[in-house]
Amino acid sequence: MSSNAAGVAVELSDLTRVYGTVKALDGLTLRMEPGELVALLGPSGCGKTTALRILAGLDEATSGTVSVGGQDVSKVPANKRDMGMVFQAYSLFPHLTVLDNIAFGLKMRGKAKGERTSRAADMLDLVGLSAHKHKYASELSGGQQQRVALARALAIQPRVLLLDEPLSALDAKVRAQLRDEIRRVQLEIGTTTLFVTHDQEEALAVADRVGVMSQGKLEQLAAPADLYANPATPFVAEFVGLNNKVSAQVSGGRAHVLGVSVPALDGSITDGDGLAMVRPECVTVAADPAGVSTISSVAFLGPISRVYVTLQDGVVISAQMGSSAARAFAPGAAVTVGVEPSGVLVVERSTA
Amino acid sequence: MRRTTVGGKFFRVALWVAFGLFFLFPLYAMADFSTRNLIAGGRTLQAWTNLVADEALYQAIVISLLLALLTVVAMLLVLVPTMIWVRLRTPWAKGLVEFLCLLPLTIPALVIVVGLRNVYLWVTYFLGESALTLTFVYVVVVLPFAYRAIDAALSSIDLKTLAEAARSLGAGWTTTILRVVVPNIWSGILSASFISIAVVLGEYTIASLSGYQTLQVQIVQIGKSDGPTSVAASLAVLLFGFALLLILSMVTRGRKRATAADPAVAAPTPTAQPGAPK
Repeated sequence: MSSNAAGVAVELSDLTRVYGTVKALDGLTLRMEPGELVALLGPSGCGKTTALRILAGLDEATSGTVSVGGQDVSKVPANKRDMGMVFQAYSLFPHLTVLDNIAFGLKMRGKAKGERTSRAADMLDLVGLSAHKHKYASELSGGQQQRVALARALAIQPRVLLLDEPLSALDAKVRAQLRDEIRRVQLEIGTTTLFVTHDQEEALAVADRVGVMSQGKLEQLAAPADLYANPATPFVAEFVGLNNKVSAQVSGGRAHVLGVSVPALDGSITDGDGLAMVRPECVTVAADPAGVSTISSVAFLGPISRVYVTLQDGVVISAQMGSSAARAFAPGAAVTVGVEPSGVLVVERSTA
Repeated sequence: MRRTTVGGKFFRVALWVAFGLFFLFPLYAMADFSTRNLIAGGRTLQAWTNLVADEALYQAIVISLLLALLTVVAMLLVLVPTMIWVRLRTPWAKGLVEFLCLLPLTIPALVIVVGLRNVYLWVTYFLGESALTLTFVYVVVVLPFAYRAIDAALSSIDLKTLAEAARSLGAGWTTTILRVVVPNIWSGILSASFISIAVVLGEYTIASLSGYQTLQVQIVQIGKSDGPTSVAASLAVLLFGFALLLILSMVTRGRKRATAADPAVAAPTPTAQPGAPK
């Protein structure tokens, strides 16, 4: 099958979208490299879907520009933008068979019937649904419908692939499967892709880079591991992954947390008293009869367990460890807690 | 299938019989009367041959059928794009459009005729003195019924997502409406059309007061001199209406295969039958 392996760069610059008095987007700037999969992650109402719809041409920015492959497409209507889109709601045309759905975009481009059918069959093959080509949408499961929608979006060889929470309507198991499949297909075809989701696990699992949005602004855009280890703002630290908030003192670029001195990340307060955001897997717990902290409870989660510890000042924090290690701790036992020597973000008490 | 008790079954059969008698007996009576030879006794098909043989009656039938066709075409051209556009682009106007479409129900035919007299001076000035100019009034008159049917069909699909999907795949607005939306509200369009036909074929007041010779006006006129022919014409209109509704229900049922849930079903015919046997 032919593929535009190169992909194109996409640039959203200074996008603002105002609905009445609400600013859905507030100066969003985002550059996507050719062939990259960027996930926009954020709570509902943060503007991520608005950004995608503006890129698709289905919504208009109040100000700012959208450029694809170096061309300004801000004034190009949606049907001329050459973007494949998968929607959150099931969007297959109910009156057409699976094959005709996939061929629809090719028909709009005036491709001959033979070419349409063979390309549609290729696409169906790509998402593993060849056996269902003559069925109607109502005869497919939700996961199958979204696969067909993906095949339909890719059949037109779009310059950009837009995924608007394509997995939210599916149940957990299908969601994880389809998520990995989307990534496989995207890597195979190499189309620059924008994936909008509110599910952080989804975003971290599929994306080359994840952009965390809040209140119409991009808080941080970074590779998943980087985003997780080095949150740039309190919002990102809070939104991505679980975090304990532990009091800490900062001086000279280092933070003193739970009796351990660790590097303070960029964006931390420079001096004085604050709250450190510590991941549960960075908290260490050691049995110590003289310890001032006590185990309050242990939650068994299969391969891992989460141990809740009450600190001296009454704050409860969670520590994550292998279930075999967690077996050593019983509620009420005295322990000493510490922190792994990775960097932490320390924020002012009022912001966290 | 739930099993029913003997009593329940009896009740159901009794209901069907009562129902059948109530609806079919008048039809039978009309058929009987229209084939009776009033002078010589026995049977004759004279009244039925009159439908095409009587020049004035035949013309009126053609006029009425043409009126029905023109009304349906004009109604669909006005209503379908408007309703789709309002739902997609100006949802705030939905209440207003609905109000306007339902308004004709509340205005008596007599008032419409009097009110339209001035407008029709201009219509006839430009388009000539043809009964077909009634199309304009009839489009307004059928709006409430057609609106309801199309609205139900539009509500049953995710119009916004389907339209956006079509547009993202490269379809312009016209293509989106014709290739994506219309096929999915086909049952609503059919029922709107058939109801409109039934309304037009049943309309007497406006045509008569405006002085045009439509089928209904002719039926009443002929009824004064030739009972059987007028009854034959009435029966023909009734059967035509039944046939349309039958086709409608068969077509919509046939399409259920393609669309999972299809709530747009034909509303009952609001036809007032003219020239009923007296």
